[in-house]
Amino acid sequence: MGLRYLRDVTTLSLEAGRCVGCGLCLMVCPQAVLTMAEGKATIADRDACMECGACANNCPTGAISVQAGVGCAQAVINSALGRTTGACCCTLEPRGVPPAGQ
Amino acid sequence: MLETPAGPVPRVASPLTARDRLGGYGVRWGIGRMRYTVDPGLYALGQPGAGSPVLVSANYKLSFDSLRAACPGLAAWILVLDTAGVNVWCAAGKGTMGTANLVGALNDRGLRQVVSHRQLILPQLAAPGVSAPQVRRLSGFEVVFGPVMARDLPAFLAAGQEATPAMRHKNFPLAERLALAPVELVIALKYACPAMLLLFLLGGLGHAGGWAAGVWSKGWPTALNLLWAVLAGAVLGPALLPWLPGRAFAAKGLWLGLLAGGLAWLIGRPAPLEGAAWTLMGLGVVSFLVMNFTGASTYTSLSGVKQEMRWAVPVQMACAALGLVSWLASGLWA
Repeated sequence: MGLRYLRDVTTLSLEAGRCVGCGLCLMVCPQAVLTMAEGKATIADRDACMECGACANNCPTGAISVQAGVGCAQAVINSALGRTTGACCCTLEPRGVPPAGQ
Repeated sequence: MLETPAGPVPRVASPLTARDRLGGYGVRWGIGRMRYTVDPGLYALGQPGAGSPVLVSANYKLSFDSLRAACPGLAAWILVLDTAGVNVWCAAGKGTMGTANLVGALNDRGLRQVVSHRQLILPQLAAPGVSAPQVRRLSGFEVVFGPVMARDLPAFLAAGQEATPAMRHKNFPLAERLALAPVELVIALKYACPAMLLLFLLGGLGHAGGWAAGVWSKGWPTALNLLWAVLAGAVLGPALLPWLPGRAFAAKGLWLGLLAGGLAWLIGRPAPLEGAAWTLMGLGVVSFLVMNFTGASTYTSLSGVKQEMRWAVPVQMACAALGLVSWLASGLWA
């Protein structure tokens, strides 16, 4: 099925030197972005990355970094309009930081 | 209620009742969706014991129900986190289905007294919020990420907690896209209904046959045209998503808007300027609605959405504005 999103946009990066080969990132990725090669994780399908942040959040050595967020146009609009809640569940608060002024 | 060392735990059955199904159907149409919750806490599915698996879920009732419905005959504990009534994946993105909330619940709910093991099974889509290494460090519990979909859980457990690659992949089949369409439609109609009324009334402005004649001959078909654009964007967009050209959702929406506009032209047989106005307004509306479906889709990234919005929002606004102006002008020549 032809469901592929934009090319060359993801902020995903992997520092091979810090990878310990535990494979947790492969397990949690819902888009099969990563594979294991010679005992280390590698990015096999970069453009499939949806920046959910599951891999980076579960990497025990901090080898993976990504600017995680929800790929939701309404959330971008909500944040541009200064909304923090709405009918949609999405807003663009930085991960792990409580929303300002609440 | 099931008596445990940590006190009585509510029991739930696997089969969904007619009321559960009706509630689930309702929220798909946006009815009571933001308060469709179960109480956070520990539940007993079947007759679990100290060695039974612990499944973690969100307190959105649709998430909780799909988990228990997927596990007929299974004896397990279900630990429901307080995700403010939001589903597992969205809550993981927001952080409420997250490490801190999970570790807190392990302490509050007395799970340590209820089970003899130290293992939790979480949906894979909780991983953006829950960090398995951190949970182990903070609580001593091992997090096992189960399959993406609850319906694969029995097979995952039967295989000794092994997921196939298909179970780890989030796809977006037609049935799932169509299940999301009603909510898209209901939300879009909240804005479209007043706009339709406005177009209907504005149709009479400057009409040669008088206001009342213009309302019916020009306002009414244009209001219907807007309704058609909303149906196209909110229902046909999700349905036809893989087959619409382009990768950006807004681009897919422009193609769909052209298709919808062409059909409207064939059926409505408007005057040329009025037809052009319909098509332009339709392009803006359909492209916007399909772009908004990025939030419901399962494979878009924030960086990608921001990139497409940079060109798409100005294009959509220009289409809608140009369409409206030419439509108003079309009355002056009628």
